Amino acid sequence: MSTEARAESFAAADWDGGTLPYRVGHRKLGMWLFIVSDSLTFSALLMGYAYLRASNVWPTPFPFYPSIVFSSVMTFCLLSSSLTMVFGVSASARGDKAGARKWIIATILLGLAFVVLHMIEWNHLISEGLRPFFLPEHWVKVFTTTDGTPPSPLFGATFFAITGLHMFHVLTGALYLSVVAARVKKLKHEDIEISGLYWHFVDLVWMFVFPLIYIMSVDVQGLTK
Amino acid sequence: MSVETHDEVHRHPAPTGFIRKYIFSIDHKVIGIQYIVLALAAVLVGMTMSVLMRMNLSWPGTSWPILATLFPAGAPGGVMNPEFYLSLVTMHGTIMVFFVLTTAPQGGFGNYFLPIQIGADDMAFPYLNMLSFWVTLVGFIVILAAIFFSGSPSTIGPIGGWTGYAPLSALGAIAGPGQGMGMNLWIISIAIFCVGSLLGALNFITTLLNMRTRGMSLMRMPLTCWAWFTTAVLALLSFPVLLGAGILLLLDRVAGTSFFIPGGLYVGGLLSGQDARFPLHTGGSPILWQHLFWFFGHPEVYIAILPGMGATSHILATFARKPVFGYRAMVFAIFAIGLLGFFVWGHHMFISGMSPYSAVAFSIITLSIGVPSAVKTFNWLGTLWGGKIRFTTPMLFAIGFVSLFVAGGITGLILGQTSLDLSSHDTYIVLAHFHLVMGVAAIFGMFAGIYFWFPKMFGRMMNERLGQFHFWITFIGVYSIFVPMHVMGLVGMPRRYAQFTEYEFLKSLHPLVVFVSIAAIVTAVVQIVFYFNLVWSIFKGKKAGDNPWEATTLEWTTPSPPPHDNFAGRAPTVYRGPYEYAVPGAANDFLMQTDPEGVVEPAGSEGITGNGHNGHRH
Repeated sequence: MSTEARAESFAAADWDGGTLPYRVGHRKLGMWLFIVSDSLTFSALLMGYAYLRASNVWPTPFPFYPSIVFSSVMTFCLLSSSLTMVFGVSASARGDKAGARKWIIATILLGLAFVVLHMIEWNHLISEGLRPFFLPEHWVKVFTTTDGTPPSPLFGATFFAITGLHMFHVLTGALYLSVVAARVKKLKHEDIEISGLYWHFVDLVWMFVFPLIYIMSVDVQGLTK
Repeated sequence: MSVETHDEVHRHPAPTGFIRKYIFSIDHKVIGIQYIVLALAAVLVGMTMSVLMRMNLSWPGTSWPILATLFPAGAPGGVMNPEFYLSLVTMHGTIMVFFVLTTAPQGGFGNYFLPIQIGADDMAFPYLNMLSFWVTLVGFIVILAAIFFSGSPSTIGPIGGWTGYAPLSALGAIAGPGQGMGMNLWIISIAIFCVGSLLGALNFITTLLNMRTRGMSLMRMPLTCWAWFTTAVLALLSFPVLLGAGILLLLDRVAGTSFFIPGGLYVGGLLSGQDARFPLHTGGSPILWQHLFWFFGHPEVYIAILPGMGATSHILATFARKPVFGYRAMVFAIFAIGLLGFFVWGHHMFISGMSPYSAVAFSIITLSIGVPSAVKTFNWLGTLWGGKIRFTTPMLFAIGFVSLFVAGGITGLILGQTSLDLSSHDTYIVLAHFHLVMGVAAIFGMFAGIYFWFPKMFGRMMNERLGQFHFWITFIGVYSIFVPMHVMGLVGMPRRYAQFTEYEFLKSLHPLVVFVSIAAIVTAVVQIVFYFNLVWSIFKGKKAGDNPWEATTLEWTTPSPPPHDNFAGRAPTVYRGPYEYAVPGAANDFLMQTDPEGVVEPAGSEGITGNGHNGHRH
């Protein structure tokens, strides 16, 4: 046996072909890759937000109550939905498909609750006068700097674009999970796990959006009151 | 484990109906050919546009009756107007970059040969694969629609270059001709293309990681597979950023936001916000568009060129009858180029007014790409060195690729330095640089690929005599087109101008401009020979056999064309690296990857097993 052949026998056989190197199937690997790429779409938007925020006078209009309390409840819904998804996947791992279905339906309901609350929040801001292209007049008044620079109307544009894209992902996820719940008996455990991956990813994105969009725009001085 | 792998592959029976077999096919080979046909159609559109541009540059004011008939508003009386020219620039760039250079090398050849070269029977997600192609085709139809519904009669599409710089692209029809519906369609087309490429990329990566056959370890993969894999990684990470940017740009145009539009713009006699026709825009940043675009745009350049590098390495080894010199170094160089490609986007923006400190950082990283590029070039030369070279058409195009890559890459070292770039940016030097290094070189990679793999795809050889003729005229032609452009750039001729009749200092260059146009027209016309050869050989070419080039990789172990599941139901087993040519003691001077032994050790050469595993010991 030559040295090279011996070295080869010590090499990790996982990568030698004829096997799944990560011990996951195609669909699961594909979902991970999709998550990587989708997170870059969100990164692009969040980087754009950071860039615009840094180069403009930025309003910080969200009062602790109701905005932050309200969005915290939304966050709580979404985080709970991740927990119910974990229970759903672990039920499926035990082979308890009926239990998995119940937990997944709970996940969908919590996700929809998030969307409904978010729509109420949007509606509230729109009725206050926020648009993708201008700010409510009283915001402009209080956030104009002492040298007369008005706050950037891009606040509305970034807010609606980023939370809108996220909401679209939550809705898509709810749709995806309903299909999974409906066909749960026919699906393999790995497929249920994959839907869980997507759902956790959508939640994780929110954990970036929430602090960057909401918490960083808290009206600490109570200017908008 | 291997049983599990085969369960994972959704084996599908061979389709029978015409539609399932050739139109909505889930066979990666058919999809690959569909991508190639799409690119061959798109390149005709793009090339025609470049010829029209050259005609306007070298014979300004001449009346072309056919233009008067076809585009009465764009070329009144047969004389092209400047807006028409600028929309040609935009559409030429967009169609070539997206629907030719991204479509054929990766979507086409990658789809056809990546699964076969790793011994798989199809891609990991056959239906997703079909979807990727059809999504891409819809993108192409939308960009063609932009020609016909551009929103202004005097253009054939939007004006804005393939980079679509804001604020021009973000303002809407008010910004002038070519800024109406055509620009919306342009953005939508690019967004659709992004989705198609993303789906394709995750399919490629999953296939390569999960579906390699027994014995096909990573370091036994052909370099083509490494190139397609790296390209897929780049596409996976860069297209989503363009998608995000495209959504924001579209919002600026249709939803009234101002992501990329600064305040205080005065356009067409109207001040932003003072007139209902031009609503208030303020606070946005055109530079943000440049950042987001080039974060995608630079990796995109490598998406175009890396598959060509892979094919070149593969073909040089085959026809030099030698292993690829420094296989391992080649793999790392591909990865290094891909990785560095994500950190250099700023070198497209040196004149945007960016901080000189960040310009220095971008400049240093840019120049460091020269290292892996040089590793590849010297290894290609090392592969040729002392080989028994067979000068077939694919080999000529592969050598042409190396030549063009070096010739175009040299000016990259100039343009990568901020101080030198400031004076040469937006001149013909940049034009010459990127056309040579990522345009024509990638096209040569495609030609090399077509001539090389045609026998496998259609079971017949392409005509060698026509191929050689095609190569030499094209090779001389592209150098005649692009070398003079360096001179024009040095004199200061700016890019994207419809004509230069008004500039005293450029008048002396006019004979050169005419020379370039004649070279371009001759080169374009010669491509007819290629198209003829392609179609003629499908029906009348010499029968090819399984392995006409005496090559070693898996695609040559299966019939030409391969059966529906590639290996007729048996998964091949791989015993050695991909480039075992000129093996001492071997019966044929080469060993197939599936060859379990095949080496008769000559007396007195104990322990020497030819070129070793992985092709990295000589």
